[in-house]
Amino acid sequence: MAYLDHAATTPMLPEALEAYVAVARTVGNASALHAAGRHARRLVEEARERVAAALGARPSEVIFTGGGTEGDNLAVKGIFWARRDEDPRRTRILVSAIEHHAVVEAAEWLGAHEGAQVTWLPADADGRVDPATVRGALDEYAGQVALVSTMWANNEVGTVQPIGELTALAIGAGVPLHSDAVQAAGQVPVDFAASGAAALTVTGHKLGGPVGVGALLLGREVACTPLLHGGGQERDVRSGTLDVPGIVAFATAVEIAVKRRAEYAAHVGALRDDLIRRVRAAVPDAVLNGPSVLAGPPAPDPGPATDGASVDRLPGNVHFSFPGCEGDALLLLLDAQQIACSTGSACSAGIAQPSHVLLAMGASEARARSSLRLTFGHTSTGADVDALVEALPAAVERARRAAGTHRPADQTPHRPAGSTPHRSAANVPHEPR
Amino acid sequence: MRVLAAMSGGVDSAVAAARVAAAGHDVTGVHLALARNPQTYRSGARGCCTLEDARDARRAADVIGIPFYVWDMADRFHEDVVDDFVAEYAAGRTPNPCLRCNEKIKFAALLDRALALGFDAVVTGHHARLDGQGRLRRSVDAAKDQSYVLAVLTPDQLAHSIFPLGDSTKAEVRREAAARGLTVAEKPDSNDICFIANGDTQGWLRERLGEAPGDIVDGRTGEVLGRHSGAYRFTIGQRKGLRLERPAPDGQPRYVLSITPVSNTVTVGCAADLEVSTVYGERPLWYAPSSVHAQVQLRAHGEVVPAVLTVDGARLVARLERPIRGVAPGQAIVAYQPDPGGDIVLGSAVISHATREVDTAMEVTGA
Repeated sequence: MAYLDHAATTPMLPEALEAYVAVARTVGNASALHAAGRHARRLVEEARERVAAALGARPSEVIFTGGGTEGDNLAVKGIFWARRDEDPRRTRILVSAIEHHAVVEAAEWLGAHEGAQVTWLPADADGRVDPATVRGALDEYAGQVALVSTMWANNEVGTVQPIGELTALAIGAGVPLHSDAVQAAGQVPVDFAASGAAALTVTGHKLGGPVGVGALLLGREVACTPLLHGGGQERDVRSGTLDVPGIVAFATAVEIAVKRRAEYAAHVGALRDDLIRRVRAAVPDAVLNGPSVLAGPPAPDPGPATDGASVDRLPGNVHFSFPGCEGDALLLLLDAQQIACSTGSACSAGIAQPSHVLLAMGASEARARSSLRLTFGHTSTGADVDALVEALPAAVERARRAAGTHRPADQTPHRPAGSTPHRSAANVPHEPR
Repeated sequence: MRVLAAMSGGVDSAVAAARVAAAGHDVTGVHLALARNPQTYRSGARGCCTLEDARDARRAADVIGIPFYVWDMADRFHEDVVDDFVAEYAAGRTPNPCLRCNEKIKFAALLDRALALGFDAVVTGHHARLDGQGRLRRSVDAAKDQSYVLAVLTPDQLAHSIFPLGDSTKAEVRREAAARGLTVAEKPDSNDICFIANGDTQGWLRERLGEAPGDIVDGRTGEVLGRHSGAYRFTIGQRKGLRLERPAPDGQPRYVLSITPVSNTVTVGCAADLEVSTVYGERPLWYAPSSVHAQVQLRAHGEVVPAVLTVDGARLVARLERPIRGVAPGQAIVAYQPDPGGDIVLGSAVISHATREVDTAMEVTGA
């Protein structure tokens, strides 16, 4: 199988898996006072220090969570509530239009239930949030903004955001900025302290850790109202018995992903660039969504691979629209060839939806529906690229034919009633739509 | 063969997919999402387009071990089936949305997409048979037979269709589902119209067509007997809900004889006046000689009567050998040739009107 969906979830690193299993064999509630509890607590605190060190935070700023969705909800809702409680005029949140659903829906919920006003920050054609629009919104709503939320790197088209500029503006306005760095950590340099963000979401399963564990890095001075009430295990901001094996495995994965990042980025960046070149050669009208990574037309000798970190696109992300195709048809056809990729998000019933990210970038609904995301990770090889490039042209051709299907006009010539089956001329079907 | 299994989430389509997969074909399951807003459609076991049904279909595909996808055909379904349903009622006819869905969605939009994607055929859980010559026949289970709602399919559509359940009774299908470990084995049968959430067709139509009061008139005297709030609320042969101000002189119940949208009148009469002897159809799909003796069925699960049928281009005339009651325009007339291996579908047409008189205008030439 060619697995090209690492941005959805990537295999656990062997070290993280081993760490998980080793700790899962032991007993101990990290809040208990006996020896087993103390041992568990020690493992958690060591993990906290390792995550903090790897991501440029203080240990006390690491709040373990149940993953990216929880981290995003906690930051958006918790900081909104705390800031509004401090000053009731702060009811506005500035959210980029290309955020993950975990941020988009949290903001929408605040709008529907908590009287929040949401300002959607537009993105340019490459999926980049323009600092000028953020500055404009901060000026326009001075004194009213509870929170800014802009992701570090986009999960669909891989655009790395100018996060330093955005945080500088937020700091200048005295407004906390939350950044969803779920796709960025381990892929591009992420340093919480240096970024100036007030809060930052990371999760385990995008960088080689287990699903269901992550962290919100929350500045020590940033007030945040809890979502989950209970024992107050995590700085009184998050309650729930700590998942010790998950946390240890998560910390192991974060540490390794950050340590190996440059080498990893060069590896998957080369795969990315190779894939982009070869897809363009195989399907000349394919449109790359997100920032371009290759200067000019492909040279006969492409030369050394680009360093994945040298451009503002995630090193493992490729995202194409194939005009005239429907992404879900391509996915089905490639799936049948044992190639796993993604069309973006699906609703609860499993229906492919046109991506709000592509729509925010100005793409038509047809272009948004015709897109496919191909993402690399630490287990990716050149064979994955070969398999995709081999299967793609036939799949695109078929998907184009399928997109053109409609109820065809009856081909059977009309004859007077006789022994040959026929459909009468009066039953010409509707015009194709 | 590469086969696309249309999986509603019910027991029939799950067993149909399982049988084709067990026969060694390369099967992919697809559930059609037909509701623009899944919450508004019938929930639970009785519908075909809810989140729960999508989940049931997915679980069946898991157990069978086949890939599974959900295809969004809500817009096509609304245009071709739901809007048509409303328009037909507004025009005084009585549509059959299941038949329309087969004609326009399952064996058109879905089949066309399947063929374009490289599949060879579509398999469904309909209770009907296809014989070696590609002829559609009734199911062995007379009570569950669905050949009536498939009789609108063209030879080309039938050539790319597989109906693996036609030789099984519903009870056998349920037992097989349980034996195969399919969790939908005990799921109740679907009934009624999937896109009308609470089963209240009248209320649903009233929301869309509004109140449209008109007269209820006596079919013989033309006398106005009462008022109605919308002609779409009635179907030919209906007795209940007339709420006439005056009883019939003979004290017998009265029935809807016809609906005239232009004047918005509902014409009523006694039971005998409901009887028709000649049925006219339009848009025939015909597989037989232009004039035949056959059995005809005039509504889903309706009675069967012998008739002489003549097809002439865009028109079909059926002279019934004995009069029957309650023939509604908009329903299909389906002709069958009785056969021990399952009655054979000879053709179908949409009923345009019916008369008491025995039509003698057209010569019967064949037999």
